[in-house]
Amino acid sequence: MLKLIRLLKPYTGTIIFIAILFLTQAMVDLSLPTFMAEIVDNGIVKGNLPYIYKTGLIMISIAMLGVLCALTAGYFSSRTSLGFSKTLRAMIFTKAQDFSLNEYDTIGSASLITRATNDVAQVQQALIIMLSMMMRAPLMCIGGIIMAVSRDRHLSLVFTVAVPVLGLIIYLVQKNAIPLFISMQKKLDRLNLVIREKLTGVREVRAFDMIAHEEKKFDEANASLTETALSLANLMAFIMPAMMAAMNFTMLAIVWFGGLRLAAGKMHFGDIMAFIQYVNLILFSLMMVSMLFILIPRAEVSAGRINEVLDIQPSILDPKNPAKRRTGKGKLEFKNVSFTYKGAKQKAISGISFSAGPGEVTAIIGGTGSGKSTLVNLIPRFYDVEEGSIEVDSMDVRDYPQAELRPLIGYVAQKAMLFTGTVADNIRLGNESAGMEDIIKAAKTAQAHDFIQAMPAGYDSILAQAGRNLSGGQKQRLCIARALAVRPEIYIFDDSFSALDFKTDSMLRAELKKELKDSTVIIVAQRVTTVMDADRIIVLEDGRAAGMGTHKELFATCKVYREIVLSQVSPEEVS
Amino acid sequence: MSSEERQQNTPPPNMRMGGAFGGGGPRGGGHMRAIGRPVEKAKNFKGTVKRLVSFLKPYSMPLAVTTVLIIISSVFSAASPKILGLAITSMFKSFTAGSRPDYVYVVKILGGLSILYILSALITFFTQRTLARTAQKTAYTMRRQLDEKLSKLPLKYFDTKTHGEIMSRVTNDVDNINNAMQQGMSQLISSLIGIIGAIVMMLIISPLLTLITIITLPLSFGVTMFIAKKSQKFFAAQQKSLGELNGHIEEMFSGHRIVKAFGYEKKSVERFGEINTRLFDSGWKSQFISGFIFPVMNFINNLGYVAVCVAGGIFVVKKTIEIGDVQAFIQYIRMFTQPVAQSASVINMLQSAVASAERIFEVLDEPEEKADGDGVEPNRENEGSVVFENVKFGYTPEKILFESLSLDVKPGHTIAIVGPTGAGKTTLVNLLMRFYEISGGKIIVDGVDTRMLKRGALRRMFGMVLQDTWLFSGTIRDNISYARPEATDGEIFRAARAARADHFINALPGGYSTVLNEDASNISQGEKQLITIARAVLADPSMLILDEATSSVDTRTEVQIQHAMKELMKDRTSFVIAHRLSTIKDAEMILVMNEGAIVEKGTHEGLIKAGGFYSQLYKAQFSAGETA
Repeated sequence: MLKLIRLLKPYTGTIIFIAILFLTQAMVDLSLPTFMAEIVDNGIVKGNLPYIYKTGLIMISIAMLGVLCALTAGYFSSRTSLGFSKTLRAMIFTKAQDFSLNEYDTIGSASLITRATNDVAQVQQALIIMLSMMMRAPLMCIGGIIMAVSRDRHLSLVFTVAVPVLGLIIYLVQKNAIPLFISMQKKLDRLNLVIREKLTGVREVRAFDMIAHEEKKFDEANASLTETALSLANLMAFIMPAMMAAMNFTMLAIVWFGGLRLAAGKMHFGDIMAFIQYVNLILFSLMMVSMLFILIPRAEVSAGRINEVLDIQPSILDPKNPAKRRTGKGKLEFKNVSFTYKGAKQKAISGISFSAGPGEVTAIIGGTGSGKSTLVNLIPRFYDVEEGSIEVDSMDVRDYPQAELRPLIGYVAQKAMLFTGTVADNIRLGNESAGMEDIIKAAKTAQAHDFIQAMPAGYDSILAQAGRNLSGGQKQRLCIARALAVRPEIYIFDDSFSALDFKTDSMLRAELKKELKDSTVIIVAQRVTTVMDADRIIVLEDGRAAGMGTHKELFATCKVYREIVLSQVSPEEVS
Repeated sequence: MSSEERQQNTPPPNMRMGGAFGGGGPRGGGHMRAIGRPVEKAKNFKGTVKRLVSFLKPYSMPLAVTTVLIIISSVFSAASPKILGLAITSMFKSFTAGSRPDYVYVVKILGGLSILYILSALITFFTQRTLARTAQKTAYTMRRQLDEKLSKLPLKYFDTKTHGEIMSRVTNDVDNINNAMQQGMSQLISSLIGIIGAIVMMLIISPLLTLITIITLPLSFGVTMFIAKKSQKFFAAQQKSLGELNGHIEEMFSGHRIVKAFGYEKKSVERFGEINTRLFDSGWKSQFISGFIFPVMNFINNLGYVAVCVAGGIFVVKKTIEIGDVQAFIQYIRMFTQPVAQSASVINMLQSAVASAERIFEVLDEPEEKADGDGVEPNRENEGSVVFENVKFGYTPEKILFESLSLDVKPGHTIAIVGPTGAGKTTLVNLLMRFYEISGGKIIVDGVDTRMLKRGALRRMFGMVLQDTWLFSGTIRDNISYARPEATDGEIFRAARAARADHFINALPGGYSTVLNEDASNISQGEKQLITIARAVLADPSMLILDEATSSVDTRTEVQIQHAMKELMKDRTSFVIAHRLSTIKDAEMILVMNEGAIVEKGTHEGLIKAGGFYSQLYKAQFSAGETA
């Protein structure tokens, strides 16, 4: 939390101003009892009615000053706290845009989303409260003590007992409550986990007749949560009456000792009444703070999670001195490339070398987890190679500024991913200058034009919820059109025909063959039929190239390839 | 999302204000709970409240005692300022008369007050505790009832609701009610009584002064309502921008590789900045306006305070009231302005609690599965014969899928169910397992009508492996032995070996004790599948259901898993749902489904010969390569 507070630096002046306003307002609230004491001492005791009226008017104008201060403070504090969260969100978002997939893997994109949304909201909430009530309370406390001491120093000694006692109560409760809060959150998480698991596995739970077992599991989590919640509630039930009692007894002490000093002629009568009200103001604000303290541990956890994100250094950066512009048409070369995922023991890719030029189709095939996607992810630098190098037109991809490298590559991901916006917006995502003709041409090649035309607003149809109204195959075709619209030199199709039916698949591939005849094409596939006529097939097994060559060559020489083929097609069909 | 991501937004339990407040003084009070935030309302408020109250029946005794105690403590808190006022008046009189204070009298009063305060504290402690206990126990009961209910609901319910929806009822909604009971109720009772008590005492002291101060009451009420209404517009705007912003974040983060691949970073940040600015604009405004309430109430309170000081002062001079009464008055005005300031948030809290309760009751009122009868014992000599006799079924009465389906499955046979995606292949499984009830005809397993069996007994006869592998967070051992927690390690290892899972499990750092995390992302999809197969092997059922069990692994791994499957299917009646037709050619019977209904049935050869839908499907899968 403290680390994030530094972000408030630009607001230092404003915060000081807010503090001054709050202090003024506290003094206003505190001065009212003082004026009342004056009314008692000078007005009532002396029977001076005009004095009472006059003082009343002064009090009203002072109260107005108070409300003005408070409103102004509210204005600045809401702008400050919301401004703070705005900056914080922007920082996280901008930072996350610079992350490579490495960083996304470490944190997890779901977690990253929560950090940029919920966690920021938690911190913002805590800040709002800090900049209002929590800041007011100590000021009120200090102001109250100043006023009390200036009225009667001796009677103020009562505070030397009352304030520590209250402080002790708050401390004790907090000390015990915070661990309970944390433990309760954990148990709540556990309860959520149990429910979520039984919901996702509702068929299995019933199929294996384990309902009773699951109910027991839930009941345990439920009972354990309730138990902690009860301890917490008991503790919380203690704080209010304890503080109330402390406050009331302080008041009695003031009446009693005040009475003694009054009898001794050491103080005015009005002072006693003023004192009673100071006590209330001071102790009440302390009590407020004690309640707000419980917000802190939660915000603390959130702040920690935000800091984690902000502390990460993106692992993929642009070169400091980018090499001069390359010349070429999209020749791609892997030179003994190896790669290991962060934290993994085994290499995901090891010792891969090949070269693919314009006009060639290179297919990559292999089992799940053999490293196919990983291999192609290295080309646009989603990850950086560990050993060896990847070159585009004889220049290492790490020597390109990312903004120059990526337009050279048209990438179609395994999972069709579209963004909110119109169909046209989505196709033109990587190439803002693409005109309507380009878009339609890309869509036609991708076999998407017909279904787009059939949509209510054609190319201007809005994709609700990132295309949830489209079928998987339609989404994939849009993704392909999107890559085509970039007009890149290298195409990567990462298993991106899987959701297409066989007919569309073959039509699309025929069309692509025509359109991409001058491009370097890399296709990752599961289906043998997709890769059969590629110029070069790379067979991956555990990250290594188990074979490389044409279909015929591989079928004759590569055992892994033959197994893959035979698992999909019957022997008589192969020949 | 993992558990850390699902922080519940439970508001911290604010503690109750009110109770035996001592002295007065000008100040505002109340919570910072932003008012004006839109609140959901229950459709049937009265009925829901009635039913909610019925949950409290077991606690009616302690609650009755609590209510009495709250009344007593409120009387105390109404009386104590007046009593303190007596001491002050007495001191004032002796002070103005220049005589010695009446110490005995003052000590008596202060002593009496001490007792009152201690009693008040004890009562508050006791009532808070009781309310909290009641609330927590009710929450426990509700969660438990919900959970038990979920076990009794038909599968249909889960197929039509999202998990988030159901979960939020068990957690958020219950929490909502819990909070309202713990804070809302006691606040409501004590502020009501506090207001009444304060007004009664004030009237006793001075009707005229009461009238002067009570003018602030409608004023504060009006202001509260006004601000609540005003801020609503901004809250709505804020909510909208927030939704947009979160949506953008979610999209850009989960589509990160697309953003990178297409160089969309700059535009994405621009768009973010634009929404972020809008959020800031509406955000600070709603914060500011709802934050008005605190200073404005404070101001109104101060006005009342000044009115009491001035008018009270005059009355004291005119000897119509005593000085101590002025002091008491100062305390009383706060006793009723504060509850009014809180009223908006308390009402909101209660309202949303009732809406939550309504949602919970909706779940509790869902029609349950028909209860199991006594249940005949399943035929001990399990043979594994399954007969469908004129089975009639449709997910909705309007759309009947099977008019009269008859099947006769011999023990040890394999029945394959094939068809395009969305053809309703799982329907048959749903019926076999009695996840859904048939609307006509009979399903007979081992010579017994399945409706005569207890559901659990019926389901235990089947082993099931589904496409969506379900593993729970726990060790691999626990996951394999899920259906038979008493299984020995030897049996578990044997099952894993039969499923060809043994090898990879042993290669994991923790072996069989490796803890799978929540999404089981520490092992691959194929490995997950093997674990679920091992689980089915260990359960040793007489019949098997394999629902696309291998579709999420690559074909070569599938061939390997097929060996495990074959092992598992040996001598067992099996129902196999498959996407890849190559895997089911040997089945004794193939059911071909399309658009929910069975369109063909027969053996592979027979169906190919017939040249119908199946042969089309088969050709499409195996000849597409040649045309490309």
